[in-house]
Formats: sequence, C-alpha cells, structure tokens
Amino acid sequence: MSWLLFAMLFWVVALWVNIRLANSSLSETRAVKLAVPVIFGVTVLVVWEGVVRGLEVPPVILPPPSAIAVKFATSLPILWEDFVQTFIKGTLTGYILGCGSAVAVAIAIDRSDFLQRGLLPVGNFIAALPIIGTAPIMVMWFGFDWQSKAAVVVAMVFFPMLVNTVQGLAASEAMQRDLMKTYSASYWQTLLKLRLPAAMPFIFNGLKISTTLALIGAIVAEFFGSPIRGMGFRISTEVGRLALDMVWAEIAVAAIAGSVFYGAVALIEKGVTFWHPSQRG
Amino acid sequence: MTSDAVIAARDLGLTFQTNDGPVHALKDVNLQIARGDFVSFIGPSGCGKTTFLRVVAGLEEPTAGQITVNGMSPDEARRARAYGYVFQAAGLFPWRTIAGNVKLPLEIMGFTRAEQEKRVKKVLQLVDLEGFERKFPWQLSGGMQQRASIARALAFDADILLMDEPFGALDEIVRDHLNEQLLKLWARTGKTIAFVTHSIPEAVYLSTKIVVMSPRPGRIHDVIESPLPRERPLDIRDTPEFLEVAHRVREGLRAGHAYEG
Ligand SMILES: Nc1ncnc2c1ncn2[C@@H]1O[C@H](COP(=O)(O)OP(=O)(O)OP(=O)(O)O)[C@@H](O)[C@H]1O
Ligand SMILES: [Mg+2]
Repeated sequence: MSWLLFAMLFWVVALWVNIRLANSSLSETRAVKLAVPVIFGVTVLVVWEGVVRGLEVPPVILPPPSAIAVKFATSLPILWEDFVQTFIKGTLTGYILGCGSAVAVAIAIDRSDFLQRGLLPVGNFIAALPIIGTAPIMVMWFGFDWQSKAAVVVAMVFFPMLVNTVQGLAASEAMQRDLMKTYSASYWQTLLKLRLPAAMPFIFNGLKISTTLALIGAIVAEFFGSPIRGMGFRISTEVGRLALDMVWAEIAVAAIAGSVFYGAVALIEKGVTFWHPSQRG
Repeated sequence: MTSDAVIAARDLGLTFQTNDGPVHALKDVNLQIARGDFVSFIGPSGCGKTTFLRVVAGLEEPTAGQITVNGMSPDEARRARAYGYVFQAAGLFPWRTIAGNVKLPLEIMGFTRAEQEKRVKKVLQLVDLEGFERKFPWQLSGGMQQRASIARALAFDADILLMDEPFGALDEIVRDHLNEQLLKLWARTGKTIAFVTHSIPEAVYLSTKIVVMSPRPGRIHDVIESPLPRERPLDIRDTPEFLEVAHRVREGLRAGHAYEG
C-alpha cells in the first residue's frame, strides 16, 4: 500500500513541478525545455514501479522497470548481438537499399508519364500486401539470416519512398522551371540544380516515415524464421518462456534504436533543408 | 522586316485552347524593336503582355505569324543565350545564397570558376547588393530579392533583357530608385530591354518606345515613340513633355477599352 501512496504522491509533485516550470518565465530556456520531458519520463517509470509493486502485479503480466533495468544490464552481450543482427544488418541494409532504389526508380520513371502511371499502382499494391504474408515468402527466397529481413524492409520502405520522391520531383514551381529553360539548361542540370533540391523536404519526409517502418519490418520478419539471434527472435522465444523482463529489455533496445535512428535522419534533414520555411525557425 | 531589328514580329498570333474554348491571347501583332531600344508594354490585365514576352523567350509557341530574335527563331536565340528574363516574382532558389543564385546561370552555361566569381561580384555591385553575397533570399526584403533576380539575369551578359513587371510588387519609393538604376544600367550597357508594366509614369519615364495593348483579342493598339531625351533625371516627370506623352498613353489605354466594349 505504501508503494501505491508513494507513486501517487510522486505523480502529484512532478505534475505540479512541471506545470510551474512550463508557466514560469524560464519556460523558453534550454534547461527547462529538456527538464519537462525528463521529469515526465521519470514520473511514468516511478508510477509504473509503484503500481506494479503496490498491487503485486505478477511479473508475467508486467515486470517493474527496475527488474527490466537489471535484466538489461546483465544481458548486454545478448542484447548487443541481437541489435547487430536485427538493426545493423537487417534494418539498416534494407533501409539503405530500399530508400536508395526508390529514389533511383523515381528518377528513372520521371521522364515517362506511362511508367509513372503504371508503376505507382503496382507499388501501391505491393505496399498493401501484409508483412505477415510477405515475410515467410522472403525467408523462402533469401534464407533464414538477415538477408531475408532486409528484403522485407526493402518491400516495406520502397513504396512510401517512391511516392514521396515522385511528388517531390514535381514540387518545383513552374516559374523556376521556366527560368531553367531560359538558360537552356539540360534535363540533368535542371534535375540536379532545381528539382532534386526542391524535392528534399519530400524525400526526407519519406526517409523519416521509413525509419519506423524499417525497424518494425525487421523485427516482425524474424517471427517467421531466423537464426538463434535477433530482436524479433528473442522476443518470440522469451515470451514462450514467460521471461517477460527480457522481452521488455528488447523493447527498450528497439525504442532507443528507433528514436536515435529517427533523430539522426531528422538532424540530417535540418542540415539539408535548412532553407525550407518549416526548418528556418 | 528590317535587318537591324533585334525583335521582329509579323502578324503574330497565339490562341490558347482551353476547356472554355479558344482564348486569343495575341492577334495580328506587328512590332519591330531595334538594338538599344527600351520598350515598355502597357495595357489592361489579360491583354497578352506576358504572353508576348514568353513568345519572344521561346517559352510559348505562336500559333500564327512569325517572330525572329536577332534574326533567329526564339528557340535558337534561347540556345544562343540571347536574353535574360526577369519574372514578376524574384523566384530565387531558397537553398542558394544570393551569390549562389546569381551564379546559377553561369554554372549552367559552363563559365569557369574564376569568371563566375568575377561576374557575380560585378553584377551585384551593379544592383547595389555588395555585402549580401552570403545571405539567403528569405533574409532579404522584397526589393532586394528583385534586384538579385535582375543581377541574375544580367550575369551572363545577354544583349536582350525581358522584364515582366519586375517592380510590380514594390512600393513607390523603392520603385523610383530601381527605375533610376535600371535606366543607368541601360545607358551603360546599351542593352535592348522589353519591359512590362501597369504604371503609366513608369512606362513613360523608362521607355524610348511605348506599346499600348488592348485585350480580347490581345493586340497592339498604339506604338508611341517617346520624344524625351535618353538622359532622364527623376524630375523629368514634372515636365510638360513628359505629361504630354503620359496623356497619349492614357488616351490610348482608354480607347483600347472602348474598342473592346
Ligand atoms: N497557359 C495558358 N493557358 C490558357 N490561357 C492562357 C495561358 N496563359 C495566358 N492565357 C490567357 O491569355 C490571355 C493573356 O494572358 P497574359 O498573361 O499574357 O496577360 P497579361 O497582359 O500579362 O496580363 P497581366 O497584366 O494580368 O499580367 C489571358 O486571357 C489569359 O487568361
Ligand atoms: Mg502578365
């Protein structure tokens, strides 16, 4: 009971502190901007811990964060091996191949209205295929190891990336294209100096969406066959053994990897599309 | 067609096919522009001023008659880099600095690095934008952006300058200043300039020749040769000669409208 009381009390105090901080004259400073979400996150963990202990929730339903943290700290080699297998090999390879080929295909079909109209619906169809259907097929085609996971990722990110790039390539203004024409610029000059830069906000939109899709794809694909390592493999086997603390530790790795991945792409975007009204700030 | 005409149009027509039927943007346009002329096009909205400039630039294909630019077809002239085009909006690329924007045509046309730097410096000086090389377009005022776009059109030193309401969105004071600078530039470089405007004083102040147009179908109503000297201080606008020309332009515009009704 005291655990519950402590959790409630902590919650109220943290809420009060955050409200005070957000409304204070310091609310625009860097420190406060960082402190508010940190306090929020810590509160969630403390309340979680307090409620689980206070109500004596069985660890199979929900382990307390402290138990997850202990498991995390003591399983670092395994978590690292899984991370390399699933994230570095499966996700990143598939992401780079999928996004790269989508941009290349978008440029290749750019000059052909026929191909654009033909390929976009086909791409749409492929994107609509459920991953639980395509993943086993990819495993049949490319084997149990990370190659088949990368293939699933390619299938997942290709279409959103293609659509965004095609849209981006059409984003330059008619006047800007006329300007290039008055210089008698070639197709490639116009592409490199006008249309690709103008497409960057769209391309990065696709790249950001794809980070999340890629990670989900790589993890879920491992449910359908994999060597005895990988985040998806670990989650499915540890659930079977009712070792929920390990499952949560893998989820924590996935959450951290996903956030850092997204953040890194967003950071590059800031550098590349600094000129766009949404980034000027 | 005289051979020294830089731009010569004969019975030029352009009809756009739209969903609501054909639009006669230009009809029976005959016009000669000589080397070193400063020609203004004035007329109500929709009378084909922009369309005429775009035909000269090879951005639009005429559907009737002929037009030559430097004795060539507009397309050939475009490939020979015969003209610089200044659009109504500055249209600078936001991802390039001011210097980078002015450099754009030079990069496309394959000038050497050193030559690019030299020319950028020169034309930015010409439009009074030294010191803003590293700024991005959105960090500049509208007037400065428009000056940068003029610098961009001047950078590759084409003989002809086509300007479509370049100062339309600017306030009167900035406009006066840019008008004065444009005249100086014209006197110094001897370029041929075709200039679209909605302002009678601007047209009279700048031009050696004023083309008054009327709409539906877009055609030339009157061509007025200005008797004003080439040397023009701003206060020339208060002289009787100036007012006389302005009066003729206004009459022309009014008659063009009556004709339509
Ligand atoms: N691409 C196009 N397709 C169809 N109609 C067009 C097109 N461009 C121009 N027009 C029509 O041609 C006519 C002349 O247009 P234009 O833009 O040359 O007029 P303008 O004299 O420049 O007018 P403003 O002073 O408003 O700029 C108008 O009726 C316009 O609607
Ligand atoms: Mg116009």
